[in-house]
Amino acid sequence: MPADQTPSRDDIAAIIADHRGMEGPLLPILHAIQHAFGHVPQAALPLIAEALNISRAEVHGVMSFYHDFREAPAGRRVVKLCRAEACQAVGGAAVAAEVLADLGLNWQETTPDGAVTVEAVYCLGLCACGPAAVIGDRVHGRISAARMRALLAEATP
Amino acid sequence: MRIYVPADAAARALGADEVAAAVRAEAQRRGIDITLIRNGTRGMIWLEPLVEVETEAGRTAFGPVGADDVASLFDAGLADHPLALGPVEAIPFFARQTRLTFARCGLIDPLSLTEYQAHGGLSGLRRALAMTPEDIVTEVTESGLRGRGGAGFPTGIKWQTVLNAKAAQKYIVCNADEGDSGTFADRMIIEGDPFTLIEGMVIAGLGVGATRGYVYLRSEYPDAIRVMDAAIAIARDAGLLGPSVLGSDRAFDLELRVGAGAYVCGEETSLLNSLEGKRGEVRAKPPLPALKGLFGLPTVVNNVISLATVPVIFQRGAAFYRDFGLGRSRGTIPIQIAGNVKHGGLFETAFGMSLGELVNDIGGGTASGRPVKAVQVGGPLGAYMPPASFATPFGYEEFDGQGGLIGHAGIVVFDDSADMLRLARFAMEFCAVESCGKCTPCRIGSVRGIETIDRIGRGDADAIELLTDLCATMKDGSLCALGGFTPYPVMSALQHFPDDFAATTKEAVP
Repeated sequence: MPADQTPSRDDIAAIIADHRGMEGPLLPILHAIQHAFGHVPQAALPLIAEALNISRAEVHGVMSFYHDFREAPAGRRVVKLCRAEACQAVGGAAVAAEVLADLGLNWQETTPDGAVTVEAVYCLGLCACGPAAVIGDRVHGRISAARMRALLAEATP
Repeated sequence: MRIYVPADAAARALGADEVAAAVRAEAQRRGIDITLIRNGTRGMIWLEPLVEVETEAGRTAFGPVGADDVASLFDAGLADHPLALGPVEAIPFFARQTRLTFARCGLIDPLSLTEYQAHGGLSGLRRALAMTPEDIVTEVTESGLRGRGGAGFPTGIKWQTVLNAKAAQKYIVCNADEGDSGTFADRMIIEGDPFTLIEGMVIAGLGVGATRGYVYLRSEYPDAIRVMDAAIAIARDAGLLGPSVLGSDRAFDLELRVGAGAYVCGEETSLLNSLEGKRGEVRAKPPLPALKGLFGLPTVVNNVISLATVPVIFQRGAAFYRDFGLGRSRGTIPIQIAGNVKHGGLFETAFGMSLGELVNDIGGGTASGRPVKAVQVGGPLGAYMPPASFATPFGYEEFDGQGGLIGHAGIVVFDDSADMLRLARFAMEFCAVESCGKCTPCRIGSVRGIETIDRIGRGDADAIELLTDLCATMKDGSLCALGGFTPYPVMSALQHFPDDFAATTKEAVP
């Protein structure tokens, strides 16, 4: 997960320039900015709008449509817990409830110390080894609340 | 000595990376010369991490292997060990399959083009390169292949429409936005045999006269993204993609695009909008994407498994493929068995096996050991089928006749602890979260649906009629399958499990 940085206009402009030649460059630009800075800062929207000759509202409309893009940085660790049916069939909802209670969070919230953000995800393709979760970029199958506690203790800086 | 430890996401989720590291370290410590290959998965997920050792008698398997088991495996000379499963292809779950699309998945190093060719790869494309576009499309039509993404539309007819369309540029778009719960076949094939998808897309391009392609892959699959990206680069370096496909005078290149977490982008017109850089809102059809697709140009939009199946059709011929199956469901279907099931994984077989055989015999019943209560087939928009429907053979028309759909062929098993009212509520909730918002029945209907199910949960039996009416409106009035098919799980739960909707006081689920 990239560090929380305040990007400069030039940093953003450079990323936009790298992708402008693509067909349909908007999603790749938003992904690249989020990859570089951990979020898509408001300051990026007018720059993107200008470069692609679309309105700022249109950029905002696209960005806000997709679950992946954030306006503000997430916690240092992002935990995604699968809520879909296959994981529910093996007790995923109870595990998720316990993990959220442990951390004192609701879905999509971040702990006050900025350590952990918990997000819902609807299928990780690990449906034959659920309940499934992702911590950072590592996938975990057959999780339990206890296992999540151990993994988080390991993973939290 | 060659040792295989899968790098498939499911195997990694169960500790395959740690096993691979332990195998390396142990071999080094003992001074044994090994080649460690990170293959895809054979699809027997309950045995993952499944370690395979190449012997004179073929590949022999051990599983599920933990990092702690590795030392004792070496002590046993990688032979006689409590975790030994014998020859991998003799394991009953594997032996009973007909693997055409997934023939190489788990067998080869996914990123070795040499191994890919040694196992039949590119022979289909070489044949296609010598054919006219008309003959290519005819071959696909005659194979009987129907879209494996869910809709089951005949692939050849779609290709024919694009072939007949006149345009300066046409596109092949691979829908790799596999968001359905209980499905992982796309992820598995991309992680385990990505060249078969590339080969299928190149053949599609030759068939319809398209020179550009896109793979739209969901962001929830980072492993698949990494493998696909690497495979495209390797294919380009090897001349499989580019201005001169395998040295011919035909051009085809493709690009990987990553989605951004919107389930509705699995709907083909939403996907096209997303690729164009717009909100992933559904487009009304007509016009068909085959005529006005990506950037308004003729476009083939096919699912991963449809395209990944094209090479074997060209390698072995349309008739060979068509001879498998049942009724109008031809060939094989990779069935994904998941949820509360003993033997979960990917089972590729000819159409026609009954649902009950798949759940009880192949899947071994529930993992919890409790009775099966319901099976959701076809993803979050698929119907919940009770054991009373288990005689239904796996086929498009046969499932339709039972009020269900096979969708992307995922089977999610639930035991008797499942609360069907909660699951019906979840289906509405999912629809509300993921609705693109363009049409009212889906956007508003799903929210009213949650409220109505809550009323039923509180004991208001009158609300059942309202829910039924609401579902009929969503089914008839929604622009795409998200709103249009959400009634399948909801109404099937209500129809088959009325006791769960009976007038008891249930706490509304947050």
